[in-house]
Amino acid sequence: MTEHVATAGHHGHDDPGHAGHGHAGHASHGSLKGYVTGFVLSLVLTAIPFWLVMGKVFDRPGATAAILLGFAAVQIVVHMVYFLHMNARSEGGWTLLALIFTLVLVVIALSGSLWVMYHLNENMMPASMPDMHHVP
Amino acid sequence: MLDSYDVPVASRAAPAAPAAAADARRFYLTEEHHPENGTLLGFWIYLMSDCLVFACLFAMYGVLGRNYAGGPTGAELFDLPLVAVNTSLLLLSSITYGFAMLEMQKGRLAGTITWLAITAAFGAGFIGIEMHEFAHLIQDGAGPQRSAFLSSFFTLVGTHGLHVTFGLVWLATLVVQLAQRGLTTANRRRLMCLSMFWHFLDVVWIGVFTFVYLMGVLP
Repeated sequence: MTEHVATAGHHGHDDPGHAGHGHAGHASHGSLKGYVTGFVLSLVLTAIPFWLVMGKVFDRPGATAAILLGFAAVQIVVHMVYFLHMNARSEGGWTLLALIFTLVLVVIALSGSLWVMYHLNENMMPASMPDMHHVP
Repeated sequence: MLDSYDVPVASRAAPAAPAAAADARRFYLTEEHHPENGTLLGFWIYLMSDCLVFACLFAMYGVLGRNYAGGPTGAELFDLPLVAVNTSLLLLSSITYGFAMLEMQKGRLAGTITWLAITAAFGAGFIGIEMHEFAHLIQDGAGPQRSAFLSSFFTLVGTHGLHVTFGLVWLATLVVQLAQRGLTTANRRRLMCLSMFWHFLDVVWIGVFTFVYLMGVLP
């Protein structure tokens, strides 16, 4: 019941006739503070990876790559929250559900492709071809 | 026979009294047919499908990104300072679009159009730098036909660039519509959709600059 009231208030806010009031209570449409916070966070989260690579901070490329991916993941979450205003309440949770479903598909597509193609590369290496001739 | 016929009637009649009370509890969504929300959710679903397109392109780059075919590598080709400028342009365009949305919420037409124009300028700068980069690569003989790495690079980054280009076309159209009709409900809805589109492209760019450019120059 309270949920209905909350969404009803949310929709009243969408209405151009009610555009003059009730902004402070609804973070879902963004506020100056939210946008600036997101921008500053993104700036930091972008600058550090560029510095890591351009300044050659770490010797091991594997470590750098892992840290880069971590920063990218955090920055994507920051963009989702502060710029795209994702939360569990918007559209009754359907946007979040669609996002989670998409993320599952993305993870399957990415990890599956890399996994399969890596093994395919390993097993089809030209270097391993001479061995094939010894097989009767 | 009569009994078996009577029972369902009785059981149907029994909940009839509480049904009137339950009517007030409203088991349906009164705002289900709100047109704005339907559009925004639908547009979000479109963005998710676009996300899958980019996931496939990223997977392709992940598989082919190191197959240089004896040609130039990412470390030799990528100009990281230029990419940093490009990234900041797109990030700036994201926050200026946010400012346009804030002006829209306050009902200020002139402010909205001004911030949209600034957003378009940043977006155009981004596309300009990307075109310059592509032209430079192709001129140096590192075009998409050179190696699998460059094919996948041009496809992935080019698809993102095309999205930004269409975003710019959409933005220009919206500015004209705003100038003609003002902040009507329909125009607000369109601005919200473009807002999601624009921020979504920035999210994709995070993946591009991390996965393609920064990780591409690592040994």
